[in-house]
Amino acid sequence: MSNQRVVVVGGGLAGLASAMKLAELGVAVDLLSLTPVKRSHSVCAQGGINSCNDQTRQLGDNEWKHFDDTVYGGDFLNHQPPVKEMAYWAPKVIELMDRLGVPFNRTGEGFLDRRRFGGTLYKRTAFAGATTGQQLLYALDEQVRRRESEGLIRKFEFWDFLGPIQDETGRCRGVVAQDMVSMEIRAFPADAAVVATGGCGLVYGRSTMSVFCTGSAASRCFQAGAKYANGEFIQVHPTAIPGSDKLRLMSESARGEGGRVWVPRKPHDSRAPRDIPASDRYYFLEERYPEYGNLVPRDIATREIFDICVNDGLSVDTERMCVYLDLTHIPKAELDRKLGGILEIYEKFQGVDPRIEPMRIFPAVHYSMGGLWADYVKSADGGLEAGAPANHMTNIEGLYAIGECDYHYHGANRLGANSLLSCIFTGLFTGPSIVNYIDNQSGGHADIDAATLSGAVSKQQERHDSLLTGNPGSDENPYLIHQELGDIMTRAATVVRRNDQLTDAIEKVNELHDRAMKVNLSDTGSWSNQNVIFAKSLQDMFPIAKSILGGALRRDECRGAHFKPDFQKPSLTAEDPAARRKQAEEWCDAFEKNNDKYLKSTIADYDNASMQPQFSYEDVDTSLQPPRPRLYGLVGADIIEEVWKERAETKNQQPQMASS
Amino acid sequence: MIALDPAANRPQFINVRVKRQDGPGQEPYWQLFKIDYEPELNVISVLQRIAALSKTSDGKKVTPVVWDCGCLEEVCGACTMQINGRVRQSCSALVDQLLKDNADEIVLEPMSKFPVLRDLMVDRRRLFKALEKVKAWVPVDSYYNMGPGERQLRATQEQNYPLSQCMSCGCCVDACPQYNKIELERKKDETEEEFKKREEKAWDKAFVGPHAISQAMLFNNHPTGKSIAGERLDALTAPGGIQACGNAQNCVAVCPKEIPLTTSIARAGRATTIHTIKKWFEK
Repeated sequence: MSNQRVVVVGGGLAGLASAMKLAELGVAVDLLSLTPVKRSHSVCAQGGINSCNDQTRQLGDNEWKHFDDTVYGGDFLNHQPPVKEMAYWAPKVIELMDRLGVPFNRTGEGFLDRRRFGGTLYKRTAFAGATTGQQLLYALDEQVRRRESEGLIRKFEFWDFLGPIQDETGRCRGVVAQDMVSMEIRAFPADAAVVATGGCGLVYGRSTMSVFCTGSAASRCFQAGAKYANGEFIQVHPTAIPGSDKLRLMSESARGEGGRVWVPRKPHDSRAPRDIPASDRYYFLEERYPEYGNLVPRDIATREIFDICVNDGLSVDTERMCVYLDLTHIPKAELDRKLGGILEIYEKFQGVDPRIEPMRIFPAVHYSMGGLWADYVKSADGGLEAGAPANHMTNIEGLYAIGECDYHYHGANRLGANSLLSCIFTGLFTGPSIVNYIDNQSGGHADIDAATLSGAVSKQQERHDSLLTGNPGSDENPYLIHQELGDIMTRAATVVRRNDQLTDAIEKVNELHDRAMKVNLSDTGSWSNQNVIFAKSLQDMFPIAKSILGGALRRDECRGAHFKPDFQKPSLTAEDPAARRKQAEEWCDAFEKNNDKYLKSTIADYDNASMQPQFSYEDVDTSLQPPRPRLYGLVGADIIEEVWKERAETKNQQPQMASS
Repeated sequence: MIALDPAANRPQFINVRVKRQDGPGQEPYWQLFKIDYEPELNVISVLQRIAALSKTSDGKKVTPVVWDCGCLEEVCGACTMQINGRVRQSCSALVDQLLKDNADEIVLEPMSKFPVLRDLMVDRRRLFKALEKVKAWVPVDSYYNMGPGERQLRATQEQNYPLSQCMSCGCCVDACPQYNKIELERKKDETEEEFKKREEKAWDKAFVGPHAISQAMLFNNHPTGKSIAGERLDALTAPGGIQACGNAQNCVAVCPKEIPLTTSIARAGRATTIHTIKKWFEK
């Protein structure tokens, strides 16, 4: 067995996939997690995992189309080689998960059943009831437990990652972490470190995310010098159940299985939903988007629901904004078999049976498309070069980022059922890359300079100690500051963004950051002190919040989840064919000009002295599929598409065809 | 009796009595908190408000109550505790419902079968260790691409999926009369490794718990998982195995996911009997 050691931070799908793959490759793994890994946030994923499959293939689908749907749905901000590699791996990932015992739903003949998800016309999504994330996570958790029992993996649960350890050359040589029970801070020396720490929903106060999704681990890497990319791209899921502690997800699979979104045509119609006849119901997604209907990409569904409530005043409830998500036309037995898990959640938390009465839902912050910047090596066939050490390595040498906390795969908007895929894929795919990286190093985890390790630990110990005792007399309360931060972020940087509001929010967040640095803790003890752990993660939310706001302010366009009405491209208005054609030409000119300026990844570097991110821009690799206008539901889409196609042809840039 | 209608008869405050404990082995004590009533609260939001307030009902400044939570939608299992004497998840414990049963106060206590780390936070490592004991995994050859798994009847999936929803929350063992608390203290001359070994040995001898028995049945019903069915049955016939079950059936009554635990136990009973007889003949 080789003498390589890797520390993996985070025990969700990405972290577990990484740990088990590394263990298989003979690497000793230390797996760190804030929570027992079986409780990681991946359990909340409901709907499923995408791949083209035998059935869709016979309807004309293939891996290339999955790739194309993903980059089109992402408004072309995705780096294409990683997406291509992922799409081609997708069928294999699902087959592996099947072998690992995931109880995917079956057809009558015993094949994997599939459902349709947003942003595609094919039934690509494999699912295990409506708790697919939980089931995938458990399968990986079981394998990691198996490897743990064989002595290949050591788990450290209830440990909080505090930062990477870097030697004098800047290379990552392990991590510092804190035992959340005993509060001991110690070094985990390693040959490489993998950060698989998920999203940052808690920056918004309430979201669909679990309580540990603070983004603080990514932020600690960011503050140590790692770049943070596309922070402003935050997915707001169209359908969630509002709650005072959390906005609970109502999976897209509810619509994938035939759920319909509607509001009464008459504002504040007081009739019970079942008493409202079809003619008085406004199925606004189906009317506005006849092709995709209720399964338009998430950013679009979210904006439409928001619009119908805020601008059209058609919210179902007068006190709280919401629309109906209706499953009552589907037979109960089918609902129980395919959606049981999520219907139980609704019933348990709302006290209403969604099989009988339509659910009341509203959008909620759900996913971070952006994350730590990481590299990759493009292969000759346009995918990723298998085993290249740079794949998923951040700009800190030896520090890797995978899963939701990376930034490559989902561009400006993630398609449903692609996140479980990207997490497992990146975990598996990066294994050989990390092993090859370590093979090329002269010094390993056993010969790190003792001063490097102790220096990194004492830096964190100082931070910890000064938080406990450093601000006597201050009355700043971390929980209340968190609420304020959440309110500001939710108002300024979710569905609709305006520059004056963003500027105002930046100012407020700056002030709040200063206050957060002076929090006074009500618990100053040294045993299971959740108060100080939360205070640290709160402070670390600010660099991320500032990157979200700053990135959003600087991006004067609409792209995927980032929507600025002041910079919206208009629909075509002319009726006369020639004038309409001219408008379409102008539309395409404007589109091209906008892409020249904004089809770029936002890159943030954190300046610790000024406590501010510094922004720069990076070209997006669109070498496989040239960007084209995203025209879901736009008036005049047909003529714009025609003009666009002609231009593409004259440029001799015909879209590449699939090689297989 | 007049039913409490939350809309018409909203209380002004909620009284919350919390059983607190500063660390392992220390004496527990009670504190009473008072928070403003809001509609549609759950126990998590109550604890969040207590944390922000950090004051008891008589105004004494105290440390925030420590508890464990994660998803807040009853799929992760983290926030399990005893609420008004019943073990359950605090996220799905809705205050309006609790007040209907007892309008005076809500009582929060840690789970009873695990060592308390602090306040409502307990050490549940033993739960996960039991999954290792019964080898609750599919022993695949590798994580390379080897094509799909075996085809499975829909009926098999429908039998397995409910068992696979077990989130290791520990409700079943907390309610089980045969599952006893094991709380060891590290001896002065003992290294951490030695202590861990002693702990695991103690867990291994004690009842493995309904959740683990059910997981063994889940994997014994999987086409590849079956290949080590005998090893799982060996584990279930060893000390702390299925024979420790007293058939009280509390487990199935408290399981938040309504997993048919007693059905699993019955299946395990049959399977272990046959397994033992077979082994006896093979001797």
